[in-house]
Parts: sequence; C-alpha cells; structure tokens
Amino acid sequence: MIRLDAVGKTYRTRRGDLVRAVEDVTLHVQNNEFVTLVGPSGCGKSTLLKLVAGLTPATRGTITIRDEPVREPFGDVGFVFQQPVLLPWRSVLDNVLFSVEMLGLEPRQYRKQALDLLELTGLSGFETKYPRELSGGMQQRVAICRALLPDPSLLLMDEPFGALDAMTREEMSLELLRIWEERRKTILFVTHSIPEAILLADRVVVMTPRPGRVARILDVHLPRPRTIETEFDPRFKAASDEVRALIFTRRAER
Amino acid sequence: MIRRRVVGEWLVPAVTLVGALLVWEAATRVFHVPRFVMPAPSAIVVEGWDWRYRFLGHAWVTLYETLGGFALSIAVGVPLAVLIVYSPVLRSALYPLIVLAQSVPKIAIAPVLLLVLGYGAIPKVVVAFLVAFFPVVVDTATGLAATPPELLDLSRSYRASAFKTFVKVRLPMAMPFMFAGAKVAITLAVIGAVVGEFVGSDKGLGYVILSATSYWKTELAFSSMILLSLMAILLFGAVSLVERLVCPWLAPAGDE
Repeated sequence: MIRLDAVGKTYRTRRGDLVRAVEDVTLHVQNNEFVTLVGPSGCGKSTLLKLVAGLTPATRGTITIRDEPVREPFGDVGFVFQQPVLLPWRSVLDNVLFSVEMLGLEPRQYRKQALDLLELTGLSGFETKYPRELSGGMQQRVAICRALLPDPSLLLMDEPFGALDAMTREEMSLELLRIWEERRKTILFVTHSIPEAILLADRVVVMTPRPGRVARILDVHLPRPRTIETEFDPRFKAASDEVRALIFTRRAER
Repeated sequence: MIRRRVVGEWLVPAVTLVGALLVWEAATRVFHVPRFVMPAPSAIVVEGWDWRYRFLGHAWVTLYETLGGFALSIAVGVPLAVLIVYSPVLRSALYPLIVLAQSVPKIAIAPVLLLVLGYGAIPKVVVAFLVAFFPVVVDTATGLAATPPELLDLSRSYRASAFKTFVKVRLPMAMPFMFAGAKVAITLAVIGAVVGEFVGSDKGLGYVILSATSYWKTELAFSSMILLSLMAILLFGAVSLVERLVCPWLAPAGDE
C-alpha cells in the first residue's frame, strides 16, 4: 500500500545549517500491515511519518500510496502524537468529532460511530467531560478515537504511548492491538521502546541515527492475537535481542 | 474547612481595612490635620454622598470614554495580532512600530492629541485606546502562536483550510491569552481616559479630581478617586465574568 523508494529529506535549520533527517529509506508496507519504526532519538522517525502524510515534501526519492505519488496531504490518514493535543474547550465527544469536522464532513452523521468508538476504548460515560478532567491515558484514547473516526486506511502513530507511565503504556499497547484486530488498518508506529515495537508489529524497522537510515527490517513471527504472555515467548526475547544488538553495536561503532 | 476559608479570605482583609480606616480617622482628629492636606474618611464619604447626583454624570462620561478606548483596542489589537502571526513580512514591518508606539509615554502624547482632535470625548477615547492596545496585541499574538504544532499538522493532514484552522483551532486556543490581555487593557483604559481628562476637559471623574484639588477640596478629589477605583474593579470583574462565560473549560475541575 505504501511504497517509499530511496527517500531522503534534508532541511535547513533557522541558522542555515543543512540537516539530513532521513536518507535512502526504502520500505514497502502491505495493506493492513502493522509496521513499527524503532531507533534512537534523532533518527528521523517522526520526519518519516510527516513525509508519508504529505505534510512535508521529500527532497529525494519517491513516496506512493496505492500507486499515487504523495505530494500534499490526502486526508485518508489518522495521526496520533506523543501528546494527545485535544482541544481543551471541547467535550470528549466533540474532540472525537473534530477529525470529521476538519475533513469537511457532517459531524452529526458521525455521532453514533463516535459513541461506538468511545465505548470500544472504554470511555463510555465520559462523552461530556472536558479533556482536563481525564487522565493522560484516557486523553490519549480520545486522540486515538479522533484518528479512527473517519475510518482512514492509514494510521500514523508518533510515539503515542511515550508520555504515559509504564503500566498504562502496556495496557494501551494491548488495547491498540485489540482495536486493530477489530478494525484493520495499515499502521506506521514510531516508538523508542523495543518491547513495544516487537509486541505490536508484523515487521519492525530498525533505524540508525543522523541521518536516519534503515538498519534492518525484521519480520516478527509471533502468533496473533498477542497478549501479555507473548512477551514470555522465546521468539519475543530473540527478536528484542536482535533489535537491541542492531541499535547498540551501531552506537558503539561511532 | 469552609469556616476557615471564610475567615482567611474575607474576615482578615475586612478587619484590616476597617482598622486602617479607623486609624486614619483617629489620626486626622487627634493631630488636627487640615482638611485640604488629608481629609478624614468620614469627610470623604459625606462629600461623596453630597455629590452623588453630579458624580453620576461625570462617572458616565469617564465610563464611556474608557469603554470606547477599550473597544477600540480590541477592534484594532486583535486583527493586528492576527496579521503579525500570519505574515512574517508584516511582523517585521509592524512590530517595531507597535513597540515604538508603546514606548512613547502616553501622558506626553495626550496634550498633542487634544491639540489635534479637539476638546470632546474623542481624544480621551484615543488616549485610552493607545494605553490599552499594547497588551491586547501582545497577548493575542502570543496566544495565536501557542497552538501546538501537532494540531496544525493534524489540521493540515485533514486538508482543512487555513481559515478553518484559524476559526476552529487557533482562535479558541488563543482565547485565554486574549482575556489576560483584555483584563490588563480594561484597567489601563480607565487610566488612559483619566489622563485624557487631566489634560483638558470639563467633565469626567478625572476632571472632578483636577478641579477639586485646584479649589483645595481634597475630600472631593478623594471620593472621585475612590469612585474611579470602584469603576476599574467593576470593569475588571465584568471582563472576568465574560471570560468565564466564553471559556467555561478554564474553571478548575471540582470548583463551584
């Protein structure tokens, strides 16, 4: 579904320095595939998501989605960031409806679906609350509902659980998998956490820092649906050792 | 708990205020302080009460000059802030001018304005506006720039127009900042109107203060001053009230 071929992005900082954020990234993502991007800070993972969303143009290479070259934002995408970035003046329900509103659709026709999504994520009864009345994990659930409501075929998640505490984080990962089992989508998921990357993914893309390149793409052969027990599977340990080795040996070389 | 709060928030300041007034009253009587130097609180109240009908007219004049200047500062300040935030060219063109306008002492401009604009309410409105518009511009611009970049990316990824993003995201996001600016602006507008009246007028509370002091009627000047403070407090409260109505999400959870 998504094809990145030899994609590079160089941008100029305010001081005029050229920064190579990503270089020579080639990645083909299947329909409904769950791909995680893992790597140290500053390896251009977030830039890659912006490139795929058409928010910023690539300086080299080509990006296509369903054989259409990406030149500008195309709408059929849901974004979830590290911070929930909800609108503080809107109720939970109206925050979920924000996405369809910005897409120029009629929010009233999505009310029912929005309520279903809130139920799916365990937020029933919070529809009329303001975001500040919710915990961090619940706010991030609202952000996920907002991204899912227009039913995009592509979900871009930029360290969505990075600001949550470890326990909530694990819970949210499993919940995301449960949602994904129910509503299949192509997901590109950026994370710092190696276990998270493996637990979620069909394939893990390990990246190197500055400029961000693909070190290796690993297939994760763990059965689905995955649960807490998946982490005790020897194959899980093997995969995480492999990722860890890729990240840390490279760092030692520098 | 509740009783302790009442004591802390109301009783202690009230007792302090009443105590200070009593000390003041006693001091003027014991030391036979001349009325024109420092009138007793009771004399100020009596004089103010005698003037109550005449005060109504003067207070009204100062009120509409203040509100006119305040309204103008919002009407000019907010669009100016929008231009500054959206256009880097206009930002570099306008910002120095705005800062320059702010650094000129308004009291120094007031006589010139009166010379140019004449004697009526207009120069007072303009002085009030000049004093009040700076915080409006700065706070609105800060608020508009405070939208998280992720939200702007999100809007763009949905192909929403810049105008839609402005109306649905950036403007409401800036609201709390704009109200912070408006609260400063309304109190400054009162000062601006009074400064305008000082320079040349025949009505308004500023005029009453000025003419009262030239006739040695210090207690009248004091009562006019108190009235002005009350007006400023009420106007500030009114802006705060509007803020709570417009931005109900700002009230902390569990409050009220």
